[in-house]
Amino acid sequence: MIIAEKKPIEEIISTISGYKRLLILGCNECVTVCEAGGKKEVEVLASALRMHFIKEGKECEIDERTLERQCDHEYLEEIRDVVDQYDAILSLACGVGVQFAAEKYHSTPLLPGVNTVCLGANEQRGMWAERCQACGSCVLAATAGICPVSRCAKRVLNGPCGGSTNGKCEINKDLDCAWQLIIDRLKAMDKLDDYEKLATIKDWSSDRAGGPRKVVREDVQV
Amino acid sequence: MSVKTSSKLEKILRAGHLGVTSECGPPRGSDPEAVREKGNLIKDYVDSINVTDNQTSMTRMSSLAACIHLKLMGIEPVLQMVTRDRNRIALQSDILGAASFDINNILCLSGDHQSFGDCAQGQNVHDLDSMQLIQTVRHMRDEGKFLGGDDINRPPDMFVGAAANPFADPFEIRVPRLAKKIAAGVEFIQTQCIYNLDKFEEWMRRLVDKGLHEKVFILAGMTPMKSAGMAKFMKNRVPGMDVPDEIIDRLVGVPKEKQAQEGIDICVESIQRLKEVTGISGFHIMAIEWEEKVPEIVERSGLYPRPEV
Repeated sequence: MIIAEKKPIEEIISTISGYKRLLILGCNECVTVCEAGGKKEVEVLASALRMHFIKEGKECEIDERTLERQCDHEYLEEIRDVVDQYDAILSLACGVGVQFAAEKYHSTPLLPGVNTVCLGANEQRGMWAERCQACGSCVLAATAGICPVSRCAKRVLNGPCGGSTNGKCEINKDLDCAWQLIIDRLKAMDKLDDYEKLATIKDWSSDRAGGPRKVVREDVQV
Repeated sequence: MSVKTSSKLEKILRAGHLGVTSECGPPRGSDPEAVREKGNLIKDYVDSINVTDNQTSMTRMSSLAACIHLKLMGIEPVLQMVTRDRNRIALQSDILGAASFDINNILCLSGDHQSFGDCAQGQNVHDLDSMQLIQTVRHMRDEGKFLGGDDINRPPDMFVGAAANPFADPFEIRVPRLAKKIAAGVEFIQTQCIYNLDKFEEWMRRLVDKGLHEKVFILAGMTPMKSAGMAKFMKNRVPGMDVPDEIIDRLVGVPKEKQAQEGIDICVESIQRLKEVTGISGFHIMAIEWEEKVPEIVERSGLYPRPEV
C-alpha cells in the first residue's frame, strides 16, 4: 500500500491560514490502514485545529468527511454538491488523492495534510517500511524476492557494496542490507549459486527517468 | 595473458613484477599545485597513482581534472569513477574525456553514500552499479562501441580495475563476488585497507583455490595508521573496515609521538608478510594525507626501485 505520514500541525496551520471554511477530507484506503489520513485522523486533526483557532481568537469553520477513495472519480463526485461551500479542502489522502481531487475541483484550493512516503508494508504495530519504488520493470525473480531497487540505498543490482556490515547498511545501523537479505534467502532456498549471475544494465525508462507513467489497457476500456 | 592496453601498470603486472600504486585525493579547491605536490612526492616510488572521486561524498576537484594534471607531469594516473554522481551518458562521456588525454587506467566503484558528505540532501544516481561500469568500459574498449550501439571513433584504451573488500559482510560471498567482477571484465583489483592479515589470507586462499588469481591481479590495500586514535576511528566508524584489537594495542603501547612511526612499521611488516602470499600481484598504498611517507614504505618493503617497462 501507499504509506503516508501526518504533516506537522504547524505546517498545516500555516498552509490553511486565511481560509474561513475548510473541509478536511480523509480517505478510507491506504492512509486509513497506515493511520495517517482516515476517518479517525480527520477527527483528531479537526479537533486540534478548532482548538487552535479558538485559542488564537480566529474564526474558521471546519467540516469533516472521509471518502471511500480519493483516487477514483466515482467517490470524489460525492462532494460535488458541497464543494463550493469551502474556501479550501485539506486532503489527508496520499499525493495521488490530493491531485485527483484538485483536477476534479479546478477552482478550489487543495492542500495536502500528509506527506506521501513510499510503497510499503506494515512491518510491526506502528511501523511501516518501504518495499517497492514502482520502477516499472520488476527484478524480484532474480533477487530472491527482495527488492534492491527500493531497499538498497544505492540501488545496487549486483550487491552488496563494500559498506555492508553485520548485515546492516552503511547509512544506518538499524537498516537491513538488502543484499544480505537476498543472500540469506538464496541460501535458504539452496540457490546460492544464482548469486554469481550478473544483473545486466537496467532499462530505467519504465522508472521515473522515462517521465510520468501510464498504463493503458484497451481490453478493459469502455 | 597478453598486454591489452597501453597502461604501464598493466605491463608491469603482466611481466610478473609486484605492482605498486598509491593514491592522491584531489583538493577541496581549484589549486592544481595541491595535486602536483602530492604527485611529485610519490611519483618515483609507484607505478600509477589513483585519483579518488569525491571520496566519502565530500565535494572536491574532479577526479578527471586531477588525473589530467598528473598525466601532464608524466605520471600515470588511475581514474577512479563512482556511479553515485553520473548517469550512463556522463560516465561514458568522462571515460572518453579521460581517454583523450591517454589516461589508461580506470577504477570502477559505486561510491560512498552521499549522506556521509557535505551534500547529504542531494540525489544519488546509480544508473549503473560498479559491476555494470566495469562491463561498460570493457564494452567501449573491446567492442569499440557505446552502450547505445554506435561505433566509437578511437575507443578508450583502459586497463580496468575495481575494488574488493575482503572484510565486508557476508564473508561467504566475498569470493563469489570477486568471481562476479571477473565475469564482468575486471582486470585488476585494489582491496580495502588490510589490517586483519589472517582474514585477508583466508580470502586469498579461497580465491586461489578457485583459480581466480590467474584471472585478475590483486593489489593489496595498505594504509599506515598515523595514531591510535585513527585506528580506533577506522575500527568503529568506517563502514566495512576490520581493525583487530592487536593493531590498536600495539599503537596504544608506544608513546604518542612514536605512534606514527609504529604505524609505518606495522604497514611495512604487513607488506613483507603479504609479499609471500600466493596470488598477490602488488600493493596499493593509501597514505591518506600522508603521501610523504609512501617513499619510506616502498623502500623499506623492498619494492624500490620500480621496474622499467
